[in-house]
Amino acid sequence: MIGHSLKIVGGEVYDPANGINGAVKEICIEDGKIVDSCKSPAEVIDATNLVVMPGGVDIHTHIGSPAVNAARGFRPEDHRHAVFAKKPGFRSGVGFTVPSTFATGYLYTRMGYTTVMEAANAPIGVRHTHEELMDIPIVDKGLYILMGNNEIVLKYLKAGELEKVKRYVAWLLRSLKGYGIKLVNPGGVEQWKYGKDVEGLDDKVYYFDVTPRQILKALAWVNESLGLPHPIHLHANRLGIPNNYLTTLETMRTLEGSRLHMAHLQFHSYGGENWGGFCSKAAEVAEYINAHPHVTTDIGQVVFGDATTITADGPWQYRLYKLSKNKWYNADVEVETGCGIVPYTYREKHYVNAIQWAIGLELFLLIRDPWRVFLSTDHPNGGPFIFYPWIIKLLMDKEFRAEMMKRVHKRVLSDTTLPNLDREYTLSEIAIITRAGPARALGLERKGHLGVGADADITIYPKDSDRERMFEHPVYVLKDGEIVLREGELVDSRLGKTLFVVPPDVGEMEPEFKAEFENFYTIEYENFAIDIQDIPNREAIPAGAAR
Amino acid sequence: MAESVGVKELRVVEGVTCPFCGVLCDDLEVHVVDGKIKDVKNACVLGKDTFMHHLEGWATPRIKGKPATIDECIDAAAEILAKAKYPLIYGLDSTELNAQRKSIELADLIGANIDHTSSVCHAPSLQAVQTVGISSCTVGEVKNRADLIIFWGCNPAEAHPRHPSRYSVTAKGLFTPKGKKDRMIINVDVRPTPTTRMADAFIQIKPNSDYEVFSALRAMLKGHELDQAEVGGVAIDEWKTLLEKMKTSKFGILYWGMGLTMSRGKYLNVVALLMLTQDLNRFTKFLAAPMRGHGNVVGMAQVLTWQTGYPFAVNMSRGYPRFNPGEYSVADLLAHGEVDAAMILAADAIGNFPAKMAEHLQSIPMIAIDPKESETTKVATVVIPTAQAGIAAGGMAYRMDHIPLVMKKVVDSPYPSDREVLERIIAKVVAIKSAGNGGRVPAGKARG
Repeated sequence: MIGHSLKIVGGEVYDPANGINGAVKEICIEDGKIVDSCKSPAEVIDATNLVVMPGGVDIHTHIGSPAVNAARGFRPEDHRHAVFAKKPGFRSGVGFTVPSTFATGYLYTRMGYTTVMEAANAPIGVRHTHEELMDIPIVDKGLYILMGNNEIVLKYLKAGELEKVKRYVAWLLRSLKGYGIKLVNPGGVEQWKYGKDVEGLDDKVYYFDVTPRQILKALAWVNESLGLPHPIHLHANRLGIPNNYLTTLETMRTLEGSRLHMAHLQFHSYGGENWGGFCSKAAEVAEYINAHPHVTTDIGQVVFGDATTITADGPWQYRLYKLSKNKWYNADVEVETGCGIVPYTYREKHYVNAIQWAIGLELFLLIRDPWRVFLSTDHPNGGPFIFYPWIIKLLMDKEFRAEMMKRVHKRVLSDTTLPNLDREYTLSEIAIITRAGPARALGLERKGHLGVGADADITIYPKDSDRERMFEHPVYVLKDGEIVLREGELVDSRLGKTLFVVPPDVGEMEPEFKAEFENFYTIEYENFAIDIQDIPNREAIPAGAAR
Repeated sequence: MAESVGVKELRVVEGVTCPFCGVLCDDLEVHVVDGKIKDVKNACVLGKDTFMHHLEGWATPRIKGKPATIDECIDAAAEILAKAKYPLIYGLDSTELNAQRKSIELADLIGANIDHTSSVCHAPSLQAVQTVGISSCTVGEVKNRADLIIFWGCNPAEAHPRHPSRYSVTAKGLFTPKGKKDRMIINVDVRPTPTTRMADAFIQIKPNSDYEVFSALRAMLKGHELDQAEVGGVAIDEWKTLLEKMKTSKFGILYWGMGLTMSRGKYLNVVALLMLTQDLNRFTKFLAAPMRGHGNVVGMAQVLTWQTGYPFAVNMSRGYPRFNPGEYSVADLLAHGEVDAAMILAADAIGNFPAKMAEHLQSIPMIAIDPKESETTKVATVVIPTAQAGIAAGGMAYRMDHIPLVMKKVVDSPYPSDREVLERIIAKVVAIKSAGNGGRVPAGKARG
């Protein structure tokens, strides 16, 4: 709205990106952006005794994609006990672990989140993802594109043609309006196409004869040389498997020299030779991260109760299907990737689940720099995102943590470092791991802070010593300077933007690429790219200089 | 997208997506002269017919059989829907995604039941997947890798004519450079069909024995010896041979059709099939996929799922989505005579439903939105003709394996698109309701 202005007065402001830690400060907004001052604001929000933070930023979540929709469709049992009635201006919906689109936008907003990143998309399904994102109201959204098992990438790597990989990656991002490069079990998912996996970073992928290590290094190099705002976003090899911390450490070592985002680290910090010996290696993994500033991570915290595991990691999902005996959805995607879905319930008294829960918290508490560790449940893999406030309470309140430790399987007390960790997150640190940090790691310069020029995405929380209740019930949420939640009630369901990156011009694909594409895909080359006009609300984020 | 009518020269539109079936071929070349389609290249006979004859049998706007303007029809449709206590919105598959999206918005607004033609074809497949999941893949995986393809209770040679050449039987891909020579094709059905001629082997089973056969195969896969000499009218040894082929293939896929979903056992047949193909992954890579049929059925299931959580048979009468096949599915709603108004979009309900269901439809106010005359438009209270999606209206559609593609508008139509009609009906319903005129009774009292 042009000329619209608004002022927030009297609130305790937590804006760690600008060094503001609880000072009472006025926030002025004009035309959806934060400004120095506004003379005659149309509305003044009195935030006395309230806490003001930038809107939350979720760096890793699965909220809308062909895979997420497959999960919704095959889990009617998930929806029946969580329904959202329509009201004027708001659509109805359902869902607990895999909410419908409208409900997803409302639920994130009700928690004070205003930017969310959809973490896994097969290129040929991105058209679908954009359609879903357009039905997720209020929040801004972006999507990462799966590339770690892409046969065109593998083919170029086999031929040693790194420049071609770079041109292809830029073409993919440009054609599909994606935000970043995602890798899931690089090499392993390609192996899954014939029912296998990779065991380690130096296993050769069938036919293509390249290794996970080569794929990792190549895509990290491409990412940095394209100057993309976000590092490569990696779901490392061996997710969920005992003793995978060795692969995790080796992966991080391999990529020293480029930026790296390790997704859902909790699922990659396991020790033990087998499930019987399953144990935490959070301390080892955290120690490495503390000493190596090239790594950022989100945790993928486990929440007890129902979850839906959805991942491109087909071979892992097959293992989980056999372990859990739950129903199993597998959908391999031509040329590009795989996809597996298995419902799962995390139980407090189950020793593996309890240790998984503890590992997530250990990582949060042991990684010292909050700017490099972000809140996530890898929604809905570790549990639904609506439990973020519960996790915040666990991080801020060691007594609450101790109470939980008494409830869960007793091996958490004897086998993890969690009982010895006294750290309690401060409000400022929570503001970092839930907004300022992820925004910085995403290279979103106008998100995650309240400085002049920032998008006026703002959340105002009540002060409450029960931190779960506090973060569950914002009093106000502003999106682009408009009040979308007032006195705890949603009042506006405007459509947010789709954020996408504009890679630098590194040349077009060669003319013979069309034939190559059509030989292995089943659609026409010209029907692959997405017309920018098909995404009505959007914002282009330019790539920076090559690193 | 399309240039204005009246340009005399030939215009060739390439990369056109065919709206006819779930194969969703996107390589059609449509030749347009003077705003009319003169030729279609690359399409199968079904697809070509769809384009060449799209001008034939156009519906006309009318109310209670009398000619009316589109505006009058839209107003009349909105009046009916705003007043209805327990309406039904049905059809929806032979149109594009944005129209489907709008139909759900309308259902949400008026608290309708919403169901689509999947309900009477592959709904049991959807229920089976909800029960046990599925091991599946896109058609490109089949093209690039499959060395064993089984067509079970389906007939692609007639129903999906280009599936065999584009994706399955003769398609050449990365690890199948010799096409058909690199694979084995097996057809299982209750009688030979034209698909049988493409197959290397044909197994003829007794009608309604599919569940038993899948269960027997699964038992043998797990190492059990069976007492019977035959199952489904076929000798056990023949099943053992088939099983061995499945286990020793490098990449096998079983495609199924309505021979399973609409015969005795229905979704349980598919459950048994899905569990067998999942179990085969202990030995090799094995997958399964339904041969989804008409138009954009998959698109409707997709958008209905992301907006409501459920793929078909959704009821909005309480203000939020509920799902219950057998209660909110079209056949049951009509057979029980429950709905008091209906909007049928892009489908011929009267022409395809049994007499009892058709009777109820004719006894209530019914709106038909369709490019063409049909048995449904003949008896509808309000008929609103529209531009045919994929030919005279652009949009998006989904292939049978959930891959989305753009549908192009290749020629103009004098009529509005389905999407535009729905948007206008929604606006009008909102206006009627906010005027306090014709509002529904509260949910829960609606089903008197």
